[in-house]
Amino acid sequence: MDYNEIIEIPPYSLGKEEKTGLLTARMKELTGFHMSHCQEYRRMMDSIGYEPDSARSYYDIPFLPVRLFKELPLCSVEPGEVFKTLTSSGTTGQAVSKIYLDRSTANNQQKTLARIVSSFTGANRMPMLIIDCPSVVKNRAMFSARGAGILGFSIFGSDRTYALDDDMKLNVDAVKAFLEKHKGERIFLFGFTFMIWQHFYKELAGLKKEGITIDLSKGILIHGGGWKKLISEAVSPEEFHQRLRDVCGLYSIHDYYGMVEQTGCIYMECECGHLHASVFSDVIMRRAADFSVCDVGEPGIIQVLSMLPESYPGHSLLTEDEGVLLGEDDCPCGRKGKYFKVLGRLKNAEIRGCSDTYAAKFN
Amino acid sequence: MRQSNIDFNQFHISWEVGSAETLNRMPGIPMQEPFSKETVEFLNTVSRKLLSDPAAKSYPDVVTFAFWIRKASVEQMRRRFTDETIHLGRGVAFHVAPSNVPVNYAYSMAAGLICGNANVVRIPSKEFPQITIINRAVRESLQEIQRMRPYIGLVRYGHEREINDALSSFADVRVIWGGDNTIQEFRKSPLKPRAAEITFADRYSLAVIDSDAYLKAVSGNDASREKTANDFYNDTYLTDQNACTSPRAVIWMGSRTEEAKEQFWGSLSKLVRKKYEIQGVQAVNKLTSVYLAAAERENIRKVTDKDGIEDNRIVRVKVDRLDSELMELKDNSGYFFEYDCRDVMELQEICDDARCQTISYIGCKEMFLPLLRSGIKGVDRIVPVGKTMDFDLIWDGYNLFERMTRVISVG
Repeated sequence: MDYNEIIEIPPYSLGKEEKTGLLTARMKELTGFHMSHCQEYRRMMDSIGYEPDSARSYYDIPFLPVRLFKELPLCSVEPGEVFKTLTSSGTTGQAVSKIYLDRSTANNQQKTLARIVSSFTGANRMPMLIIDCPSVVKNRAMFSARGAGILGFSIFGSDRTYALDDDMKLNVDAVKAFLEKHKGERIFLFGFTFMIWQHFYKELAGLKKEGITIDLSKGILIHGGGWKKLISEAVSPEEFHQRLRDVCGLYSIHDYYGMVEQTGCIYMECECGHLHASVFSDVIMRRAADFSVCDVGEPGIIQVLSMLPESYPGHSLLTEDEGVLLGEDDCPCGRKGKYFKVLGRLKNAEIRGCSDTYAAKFN
Repeated sequence: MRQSNIDFNQFHISWEVGSAETLNRMPGIPMQEPFSKETVEFLNTVSRKLLSDPAAKSYPDVVTFAFWIRKASVEQMRRRFTDETIHLGRGVAFHVAPSNVPVNYAYSMAAGLICGNANVVRIPSKEFPQITIINRAVRESLQEIQRMRPYIGLVRYGHEREINDALSSFADVRVIWGGDNTIQEFRKSPLKPRAAEITFADRYSLAVIDSDAYLKAVSGNDASREKTANDFYNDTYLTDQNACTSPRAVIWMGSRTEEAKEQFWGSLSKLVRKKYEIQGVQAVNKLTSVYLAAAERENIRKVTDKDGIEDNRIVRVKVDRLDSELMELKDNSGYFFEYDCRDVMELQEICDDARCQTISYIGCKEMFLPLLRSGIKGVDRIVPVGKTMDFDLIWDGYNLFERMTRVISVG
């Protein structure tokens, strides 16, 4: 299958049956490809006795836990073809995922992201305000997920301006100048959920008290990176929306779910507050007890499938997130495909046992 | 009376039993002879209180501990461990208990008392109900037997180096449970020149099942089959298969291994479905471990039920070679390597590692003799399946009685 043809399909246009056919064929193809090009992947598939032709649907395709990409270099192309390596933004000291991209997979990621995002923002570029600091993309040798996200989304913007300085302080003058310059135009804002809350919203709220208001009513904000840190501040998505609207008039706000292991295939939040799978990818919620498929409405471990990964065996992954499928093909927003909610990281199990529970806390 | 030159009032220590004064005075109190009358009586009182406490009934680990310290059981230990020689406690025993096993601290304390020492025990910070129950019984028993008061301090404190330093500098024996990293952390705190140390490092354990013996015991005998499953469950799932005594690999011997496996895992499966709740993280981790093993070693096979039913509660990984490197790939919460073995000497490599601790078995224990006599560095215990957690003064290759007492030679 040629991904260049698949990418022409409008991102939310296929109903269940059509999508299943397409996704199954592509998943089987990718599984076979990686089995013959990545020895570690082949051994993993052998260990569970997987026969490449045995899958009746993409639901039968094995999934790799994402942690494997932190533990092993998993690559399906010759080292010389690796064009860049993406890493996850793990906290200090933690292992990071390493994702090997060749030119073609990297291009497909960028194109796919463009297809998905432009179906929300429109095809025209807008002036872009990045809610982050410039230094995060400076070191291009090793792309962090944050840097990669900003660069990935930058293609949707013109006159890209960073709202924060390198000390993570709001650069009020720069923001004001930017808005003055683009008065009356639609503005594209991008950033990570926690940064927006901590370094943008809170600053704006402070300014408002001093009588300085910034009008972003013409803005469309896309944000990602998860809610973990905001949950600890007890901020719900609803409150996040409401507060931003109150402080700067911003009402077009779209969260997205995605991960460095499947860059490009993001899951955008629609006007109804639901995350959507595009035709290029899918989610399956699975039960902890036996990895069987959850019913609609039943929380489970999120499996993500992507048609993109050719240079590394990451087309079917088991995340460490918990989610719930809300429905398929019938979201009131009109988009086809599955729509769902992410509930957060899987709860850390408290394992009993007698080893090293003292020292673990030093790290 | 001799006082400690450290004043324990200065530290942030929370006291479950005893006080800073108890510790300040500890170096000055007389040592007891092992199995002293007061100690035996005291432990028996604690035991009685626990066994009559309705709250304790739902915690088999508390009940087991209560039985271990009752008079008859302690007297039995006395017969095993004492002779004409004069032993005395070494002095102050400082115990660091593992934070995720509720009753281990109590065994450590009891062993220290039995050997005649004064004991300060760092207990888990987590409020396990078992700890509440046991500490209550200890406090009440000390009310009745005041003479034992100076000998017990049960404390909680954070990861504070100064307190580690203070307690270590004043201990005559330091007992560290739970893991290489913890041991390393405490080794930063120096001991007195003559102080002794007992460390329980990271270990792994194995189970060996003679298929013929197993099938003979369980055929036509549902009760026996269920009991075996229950015994194995207690060795493994009860501690999320994460105790040093929990078998990580099941080794099958004899002539009818396939038949035995089917029955053994089948009956265990029924039990874990009823009793063991698996969480998402555990399921994901176990799958990760299967794939990591597969990537790193040849011929790794995840075993599926003959009906093809997946059950993440029991993950079995068939291997064609046993060695200690395999144990770098171990996991917990019901993750078992499985190996078909023709000759017990095939275990030599995996047992020839100081980290190898307990072999639990079904069959005839004599089968291990050639292995044990082959000069292996590991294996400290051979016990029947179901007995891996039974605490004894001989533990982890140490004779705790000898380690925690001093011998006086009288010529």
